[in-house]
Amino acid sequence: MSQVKERENKKNQVYREKGEPFVWFAAMGLTVGLLMVCFLFGLIAFNGTVVFWPSTIVEVELEDQQSSSIKGQATIAGVAEGVRTRTERVLDDSIVPQTYLEERFFVGNRDVYGQSFTHFRTSKVVSRKTPKEIMLIERGEWGDALVYPEKLQLGSGQTIQAKTQDFLGTLGRLVVEVKDRREQIANIDRHQIGRINFKMRDIELSLRYFEQKGNLSHNEQETVLDLKNHRKELEQQYQILETEANQLRELQSLNRLYYRLPSGEQGSISLGDVYRFTLPNQLSFFQKVGVFLSEFKDFIFGYPREANTEGGIYPAIFGTFVMTLIMSIAVMPFGVIAAVYLREYAKQGPLVRAVRISVNNLAGVPSIVFGVFGLGFFVYLLGGTIDQIFYSKALPSPTFGAGGILWAGLTLALLNVPVVIVATEEALSAVSRGVREGALACGASKWQTIQSLVLPASLPGILTGLVLAMARGAGEVAPLMLVGVVALAPNLPIDGNFPFIHLERSFMHLGFHIYDVGFQSPDSEAAIPMVFATTLVLIALIIVLNLSAILLRNHIRKKNQASAF
Amino acid sequence: MRAAVEMESGMENIDDNNLQNGKQNSKPSIQVVRDHDGQHPELSTNSDYIQVQNYSFYYGDTQVLFDLNMKIAERQITAFIGPSGCGKSTLLRNFNRMNDLIDGVRHSGDIVVNGQSVYDPLLEVISLRKRIGMVFQKSNPFPKSIYENVIFSLRMAGRAKKSELDETVERSLKAAALWDEVKDRLHESAFSLSGGQMQRLCIARAIANRPEIILMDEPCSALDPVATGKIEELVHELKSEYTIIIVTHNMQQAARLSDYTAFFYLGKLIEYSDTEKIFMNPENKQTEDYVSGRFG
Repeated sequence: MSQVKERENKKNQVYREKGEPFVWFAAMGLTVGLLMVCFLFGLIAFNGTVVFWPSTIVEVELEDQQSSSIKGQATIAGVAEGVRTRTERVLDDSIVPQTYLEERFFVGNRDVYGQSFTHFRTSKVVSRKTPKEIMLIERGEWGDALVYPEKLQLGSGQTIQAKTQDFLGTLGRLVVEVKDRREQIANIDRHQIGRINFKMRDIELSLRYFEQKGNLSHNEQETVLDLKNHRKELEQQYQILETEANQLRELQSLNRLYYRLPSGEQGSISLGDVYRFTLPNQLSFFQKVGVFLSEFKDFIFGYPREANTEGGIYPAIFGTFVMTLIMSIAVMPFGVIAAVYLREYAKQGPLVRAVRISVNNLAGVPSIVFGVFGLGFFVYLLGGTIDQIFYSKALPSPTFGAGGILWAGLTLALLNVPVVIVATEEALSAVSRGVREGALACGASKWQTIQSLVLPASLPGILTGLVLAMARGAGEVAPLMLVGVVALAPNLPIDGNFPFIHLERSFMHLGFHIYDVGFQSPDSEAAIPMVFATTLVLIALIIVLNLSAILLRNHIRKKNQASAF
Repeated sequence: MRAAVEMESGMENIDDNNLQNGKQNSKPSIQVVRDHDGQHPELSTNSDYIQVQNYSFYYGDTQVLFDLNMKIAERQITAFIGPSGCGKSTLLRNFNRMNDLIDGVRHSGDIVVNGQSVYDPLLEVISLRKRIGMVFQKSNPFPKSIYENVIFSLRMAGRAKKSELDETVERSLKAAALWDEVKDRLHESAFSLSGGQMQRLCIARAIANRPEIILMDEPCSALDPVATGKIEELVHELKSEYTIIIVTHNMQQAARLSDYTAFFYLGKLIEYSDTEKIFMNPENKQTEDYVSGRFG
């Protein structure tokens, strides 16, 4: 008996000495962390991608008209979005509250129903079916429509009934035509007229300047005349383009599609408003994949519509990318130079320690404080001064004196300087003493040593700092709201108008887009899928930026590392 | 102890003939591999090439070198031996002022190389280091190609003529007995070399700029016997052109390689004489104990 006990004791002792419980504890901590990351990422990835997957539309017939939350409708069709258990609310204590199942359907047709979703009790359902001919139309306004097509009224007066063979073919062809025309119109509006407006603005500013100046010399009067002529020319060009665009717009509304709602109402839509139509209940798997890819493409490369809740997020992706790039370009030299001085040149003492502690603490300052600083220093002080010196013609309307992508990038750079400094210092101190002494013994000066050996060797570590800075910078929203982010930017910060890069322009940002669509849009419930999809894109963008920095780092590290032994 | 130092450091009876004679009756434990042909080391060398004069050195408040006096001969190999912490490496690193990198060091006395003090305020420490090359205990090739490693000092000096660089690389690598092994892969990373090759590359780098003196701080302590043998052969070859000071923990190496040997203990120079005398017939009891392996 005692032998057994002894053995048991010994076993326990060995167990403790190995530190097994702590190993388990550490492993558990890691597991929890990993699970959380996987769950969050999985949730976002799943919800962000199912948005584009065409789901089956179910038509439900209810017992009576009171059963659905859309008054007066006994028949509804929509996409099932889940079932939940609810308990009736009762005021009288003597009644036992009933529990029941409630279903949620996305029914679309917001123009008629006034809402995109409906709820009804499962017990009230009489029958369910998945009608083959139901059509999902993605419209320019009012969100999606779920309808039964009836007929196509062509501009030529011809009518094609939905039952006929060539109905779908014709509709498809017309929608493609409409899409092409829409792109033409957008091209005219966005680029050609935009270019004219850009020039006009310059001319107007110059004219106003001369006007205010008064008392013009002969030369100046000639300039004014020239400008006025040029303006007239531009106005003519504008008229031509405007007419062209209007003609195209007229063509857009020539054809109409007539349809019937599942609940019985009749309706029609001009084909110009149709962005896409599908018959989700007829699609094969591969057709669904096709729709998925095409919708995803439109989401990535399209411009937003309807207060950002529909359409694509291209301007936001572009804005985030350019801003992160500006931030990286600004933060690297600042951080690296500061770290080199702190680590290599400054005499290590209480002052340097104090500076280092301050830098570390700077990383803990709430980001909105940096936003306020950016607004006060960059936008008002720097931007205002630049405006007064270089853009005085445009005053009082600000050029650089308002939020813009440059100021946003610099504000974020400021926010991330501590990250880069800490990472760079770490990397510099990791460069071996042997290499430094070897270089000095070869007759290199301290600066030559740092520049030719120490900095290249610490480049991987510096890039790690950049990765951290980019991840933090691209995901930051709060400070940006003060220094240049807008919900809908009229122009991209880089375009075809001289000088091509317009750093003073306000821009769209994925993080702010999420906030705007999710919490500021009129129908935020319907926008939830957009929020998930945008979040997914933001995370993907950060991953892409980080991966490129990490690949670069690994490449350099491989070049630097010992491969012998 | 102080008296002993003064006595020993006053010894300057460097007689080249002694070296040759002593070799014939060496102890079997010490193998003598040099001067098989019986040639004398060059007599024309300046025996006062480096002079250490009343030199003391401090790390902060700790004194590590105590009033050293010694003279080192030109184009000879001088070995510094002694137990760890005896100050031999510190002294070596003061010849090219590498210890300046450490905060809070100070010295008294002087080190004079070829008539000029290394502490001369008119002398740039960079130009001093160009004249005095150094090879370290742990080979420290730079993360660059073999070619760039060798010409590093030339690049730092701003010399970029292709022909000159090529010529330097070939000359230095040949002198370091590495040319045949690497001539086909000069532009590969220096890290692709083996440990011994790396150390020879470091030697090639040290001699690329034609220094006058090469300091070697335990250059073979991290190498296997074969690589050590190659380095020793190389050091012996280099003697004809360079003054070499080598710090070593390896008694046999000091005996095989050096013309003169200095024994340090606790920051003091205990005995300094030609190598044969130190190993065969040391005057000091401590030296005898150390070289015979009784302590240290």
